[in-house]
Amino acid sequence: MASDAKTATSLWSGGGSPYAIGSKKFGMWLFIVSDMLTFTALLVAYTYLRMSTATWPTPFAFSPSIIFSTVMTLVLLSSSLTMVMAVHSMSHGDRGKTVKWILATMVFGSAFVILHMMEWMHLIRDEKVTPFSNPWGEPLFGATFFGITGLHMTHVTIGVIYLGIIAAGVGRGKFTYEDVEVSGLYWHFVDLVWMFVFPLIYLMSVKM
Amino acid sequence: MNAALAPPPSAPTPSETPTHYLNASYGFRSWLLTLDHKRIALLYLASITLFFFIGGFYAVLVRLELVTPAGDLMSAENYNTAFTLHGVVMIFFFLIPSIPAVLGNFLIPIMIGARDLAFPKLNLLSWYIYMVGGMVAAYALFTGGVDTGWTLYAPYSSTYSNSNVTATAIAAFITGFSSILTGLNFVVTIHKMRAPGLTWFRLPLFVWAHYATSVIQVLGTPVLAITLVLLILERSFGFGFFDPARGGDPVLFQHLFWFYSHPAVYIMILPSMGVISELVTCFSRKKVFGYGFIAMSSVAIAVLGFLVWGHHMFVSGQSVYAGMVFSILSFMVGIPSAIKVFNWTATMYKGSISYSTPMIYAFGFIGLFTIGGLTGLFLANLGLDIHLHDTYFVVAHFHYIMVGGAVMGYLGGIHYWWPKMTGRLYPEGWARFSALVLFVGFNLTFFPQFLLGYMGMPRRYHAYPEEFQVLNVMSSAGASILGVGYLIPMIYLFWSMRYGRLAPENPWGAKGLEWTTPSPPTTFNFDETPVVTEEAYEYVKEEKH
Repeated sequence: MASDAKTATSLWSGGGSPYAIGSKKFGMWLFIVSDMLTFTALLVAYTYLRMSTATWPTPFAFSPSIIFSTVMTLVLLSSSLTMVMAVHSMSHGDRGKTVKWILATMVFGSAFVILHMMEWMHLIRDEKVTPFSNPWGEPLFGATFFGITGLHMTHVTIGVIYLGIIAAGVGRGKFTYEDVEVSGLYWHFVDLVWMFVFPLIYLMSVKM
Repeated sequence: MNAALAPPPSAPTPSETPTHYLNASYGFRSWLLTLDHKRIALLYLASITLFFFIGGFYAVLVRLELVTPAGDLMSAENYNTAFTLHGVVMIFFFLIPSIPAVLGNFLIPIMIGARDLAFPKLNLLSWYIYMVGGMVAAYALFTGGVDTGWTLYAPYSSTYSNSNVTATAIAAFITGFSSILTGLNFVVTIHKMRAPGLTWFRLPLFVWAHYATSVIQVLGTPVLAITLVLLILERSFGFGFFDPARGGDPVLFQHLFWFYSHPAVYIMILPSMGVISELVTCFSRKKVFGYGFIAMSSVAIAVLGFLVWGHHMFVSGQSVYAGMVFSILSFMVGIPSAIKVFNWTATMYKGSISYSTPMIYAFGFIGLFTIGGLTGLFLANLGLDIHLHDTYFVVAHFHYIMVGGAVMGYLGGIHYWWPKMTGRLYPEGWARFSALVLFVGFNLTFFPQFLLGYMGMPRRYHAYPEEFQVLNVMSSAGASILGVGYLIPMIYLFWSMRYGRLAPENPWGAKGLEWTTPSPPTTFNFDETPVVTEEAYEYVKEEKH
């Protein structure tokens, strides 16, 4: 058997496209697909409840709610750009620059979380919206709002911590290009989820 | 436990005992911090066996209560707790991890010629997550249990039940991550770590079945996770997702729950089908009939499994048109399932069959799974389901699949690979005897339940009209035989770890890379990466004259 190992190499099918990627990267893709289903289930539940409620409120005024959430969106999108730059720097082996770009990503990510918390506090304090009640009737409005944005914010927070670990490691000479790229995948995924949450939660709830 | 699993120090000529994964190192640390997929498999084996007996204990309580028509042994509340804990423990802590986490963990790397899974640390983490989930479940169990049924239907679970719903939901939530990570690990391993020459269509069907299972675990489990989170938010904090009083909808819970929990049925049965494919070819000494069809039917079951959840909800008030679509799709699951049964039968045709214990389990599986599958068609039928919904017919149906199918396959697989796992042979006579006891006990337990259900006995009551007593007593009598059938293998398998005859490398004369390694294998399975040059199951048929 071992004698024709050379011929057998041509039979190797452990590699070929499109799975010719590292195990870590493949694992992260699977995790992302899995996590995508978490959000899908939650957003489907939201849609289901919203569709079956004729009096679903649309309370968000253009100013300040939509402007504020648009700024949050821009902040999060910018963090994806800086993450791309981090991966790019790492592909050139520039660990110093990579750490700086990851730190920039973490700053934007944290800014998003802080802005989001301000938004929450505003809604809770000034608009009297809680998961259980709100001035506009349907208590589920608050429940779905806080449930969905809360789950997303948890993911952003975990992402910031994850990037912190990667940045620290990259700075100390640990971790390879693949590790940075894999963390980037997760980060972009979290951003992409927001691109579904933002229209479904905010834009579809603009006061008419 | 490690002392029991390691070979005795007084083994014949200890100086010549070769090093293998069991005696490579000793002590608790070497087990609890191991990254060896084979040791992790044994950790799972010990833990799921424990949970199996906990779940079994509650089944005993249920069957004892149902011996008499009156609810005399326990109160209705305690009875509710007993059948709920039976379901929760058996499904989340035994059936779902059983074959993948024990046999899959042990065998997939060896079958594909790899040294370990793609992520050994993640594999160990999965076991710890499973154990943490198990501890939370144990906490729920010892502080009053839970009485909602394993389905945790809202609004009873979210609003009215006074039992430990939250702890139970947290336990299932945590264990779910173990399941996701195991599935993820398997998919990456099967894609990335196959030995040279081991193309997709040379993979053992066991690996194909696990691939399909893993995809379900990765895609389905997160939906259950978020559903349980919503349930906990509602119960503990008052979010109103499933509460009509606050605008929510209990049917939404059912949709979300079954979106995972129906595919979860296939998480339990598909690996077992993979085992049966191995057993049938080995003990028929014949190349498997229709390899591609069996492999693809696993994938088809996984895909279709995601499209049929609504058949649990025919009487829930979902739209009739949705019900019709779900009904048709459910019938379609019968096709890939039947393909498997026909192909196994065709594999046996003109094979030289030997009646070794694993093969007896395979026969048991095929017969019982066929009954379980065909009665599933009754339930997929919109009209008939209204009569049978929530009766013992349903209970009998899924026990034929879960016990007659999944557990039979699990035990068959445990016997088949036992020599590989422990390096010891089990006593064949006892094994055949207990397989027979199990088969008889199983049918006596669950066949009467088909009749009871058809006659209209609803599930989940601790008392019933007197005319149902004869069949219920038969069922309870069968359950006690079934219990004996589980205890016998438990005893002789333990016994064989120390006293069984030493197993050769390939006691069954079977094909497959796992039989080219020593019994038990060394820590890294192969000294040299094997090269595969032949198709799967190239058995040479013995000519009969």
